Amino acid sequence: MVAALLIIWIGSNILSDGAFLTSRNLWNLSVQTSVVAIMATGMVLVIVSRNIDLSVGSMLAAVGMAMALLQARYLTDIFEIGSPAIWIIAILAGLLLGTLIGALQGTIVAYIGVPSFIVTLGGLLVWRGVAWWMASGQTIAPMDRTFQILGGGARGTIGGTWTWILGFAGCVGIVLLMWSRRRQRIRVGFTPRPMWAEITIGAIAIAVILGATAVINSYPMPEALARQYAADNGIAWPAEGLTIPLGLATPVLITIIVALAMNFIATRTRFGRYVYAIGGNPEAATLAGIKTRWTIVKTFALMGLLVGIAAAVQIARLNAATSGLGQLAELYVIAAAVIGGTSLSGGVGTIPGAVLGALVMQSLVSGMVLIGVDAPLQDIVVGIVLVAAVALDGYYRRRVTR
Amino acid sequence: MTTVETRTPLVEMSHINVAFGGVHAAEDCSIDLYPGEVVAIVGGNGAGKTTLIRCLSGAHPADSGEIKIDGKPASINNPRDAKAYGVETIYQTLALSENQDAPSNMFLGRELRSRWGTLDDMAMEDATRKVMARLNPRFKNFGVPVQSLSGGQRQSIAIAKAVYFNARIIIMDEPTAALGPAETAQVGELIVQLKSDGIGIFLISHDIHDVFDLADRIAVMHTGKIVGIVNKTEVTKDQILAMIIMGKESSQVTANDIEDLH
Repeated sequence: MVAALLIIWIGSNILSDGAFLTSRNLWNLSVQTSVVAIMATGMVLVIVSRNIDLSVGSMLAAVGMAMALLQARYLTDIFEIGSPAIWIIAILAGLLLGTLIGALQGTIVAYIGVPSFIVTLGGLLVWRGVAWWMASGQTIAPMDRTFQILGGGARGTIGGTWTWILGFAGCVGIVLLMWSRRRQRIRVGFTPRPMWAEITIGAIAIAVILGATAVINSYPMPEALARQYAADNGIAWPAEGLTIPLGLATPVLITIIVALAMNFIATRTRFGRYVYAIGGNPEAATLAGIKTRWTIVKTFALMGLLVGIAAAVQIARLNAATSGLGQLAELYVIAAAVIGGTSLSGGVGTIPGAVLGALVMQSLVSGMVLIGVDAPLQDIVVGIVLVAAVALDGYYRRRVTR
Repeated sequence: MTTVETRTPLVEMSHINVAFGGVHAAEDCSIDLYPGEVVAIVGGNGAGKTTLIRCLSGAHPADSGEIKIDGKPASINNPRDAKAYGVETIYQTLALSENQDAPSNMFLGRELRSRWGTLDDMAMEDATRKVMARLNPRFKNFGVPVQSLSGGQRQSIAIAKAVYFNARIIIMDEPTAALGPAETAQVGELIVQLKSDGIGIFLISHDIHDVFDLADRIAVMHTGKIVGIVNKTEVTKDQILAMIIMGKESSQVTANDIEDLH
């Protein structure tokens, strides 16, 4: 998959005369991937447990609309404009609403026994309708100023210094993690990996993190914004201009945190293990004493929570909510998970895979835009890539297990 | 019952009824099990062997009837309850989570956790290695999904689970159905070993030879009822066969009946 990503990146770069591998495009790519990537991490667990959620795009619209209405209409009647209560309440309400919708759908799937395909197909219609009905189809804008930071616009970045700090923290984290794994293996008497292997893996990981940090930080603020920044911080504007890095965009930071948290849940907690067990063999999971139904409800609720996060990022980015928000997002999210190696027959799939899958798809779209491919042709290519990715994956898997 | 036992039975199931729709899958079945004893349950397809035993393993609670463990009434409504009473079940289908490795399967539902509440994979693998070293020293594939393991290896994971969690009552539903001759012999040795530890075993089997090799008593089921429970030493294989096929008690099986079988 990493190879596929590199091929797309290098290919797009050549065909677009070097417009793809620029810090500006990669920075934008990282922001554009966020919404799909956030939801794809949840979709992995849903699909691993042998279910599907077709309603995430519509849920995104309904939850986004609710958050927008709270900020633009209801809460401004209660609090002064600019009060922190507005964005805090709006976000919490959105996350809660997403979780509740997910839990409701999960309950119908697990306890009433309606197939998830049908429940969420119904949800796809219902929540889209609810989103329209909440504002009678109007576009709701603008969002709270602090809330807009979530969208990663001009002000929605953490700045160059913090980006470097985060990059270095990531490196330290990796080293600590590898060291503690190694110590654990020695403690229970397993032979640890040879030292040279540890160092090579660690070095590659650190190089990737620092490389990404450097790329992100090499995208400077546009001049108008830089002037504003200079004025705000009392820096005199030099004649040759200032190069101030924008730094990591907030949506990307959120995606990284979500992906780390979801990976932790999937691999280090009982809940995660049960999800994989249910996907591997539902009967065995029940016989092992796992509360399979409750686990299913939790996966859908978690999916709903992630839709809430994605909705906040999406409306903050657009600085508006419309009832058409997130149209077809369910398909992109499912495609990201599947391209990332999640098997629709259940039991198999990883969080990093899904994030990479989202990145592959967004890279493909972004690359074609830069090359100047017509929109209908873009869809055709994405569709073919999806099918080809799954076919190749299946072929490879069969060869490995044989 | 032909022997008089003075000890308390490990398990006493009395007057168990299970119906699926209008079909009585188990009707007024009573059976008991003593420590260190193997009781085989035999019968044709659909005789109700698995149904009866699923009441004890918690996979499908009985409609009526009573289960006593160590002489005390036990309420078993799901697999967790059964495990709390020390009942471990090795299912015919081997009930393993296909995409996960041996340690994950062994601890499924009872994972070891670190002091932060996270899964302690190292400790689980370590424990699995130790149990396996005793049961099946040739088992080395601890990191691969169990779907790529052989029937015997999968079986040893299922048995290791029962042993590790100190089961006192083990239910084996067709434990050798998926195995080759060498692996079957291995399971046989294991049963003898478990018996000597004082564990009681219910053995469900189609294979009358296995049953005669391993069991102390044999319960024959026919159309949901227990036809009779006999001591192995007091019957012949032919008599058991006649009981299975004709549903008659051992004393009513005549020479003529046996003649008809051949």
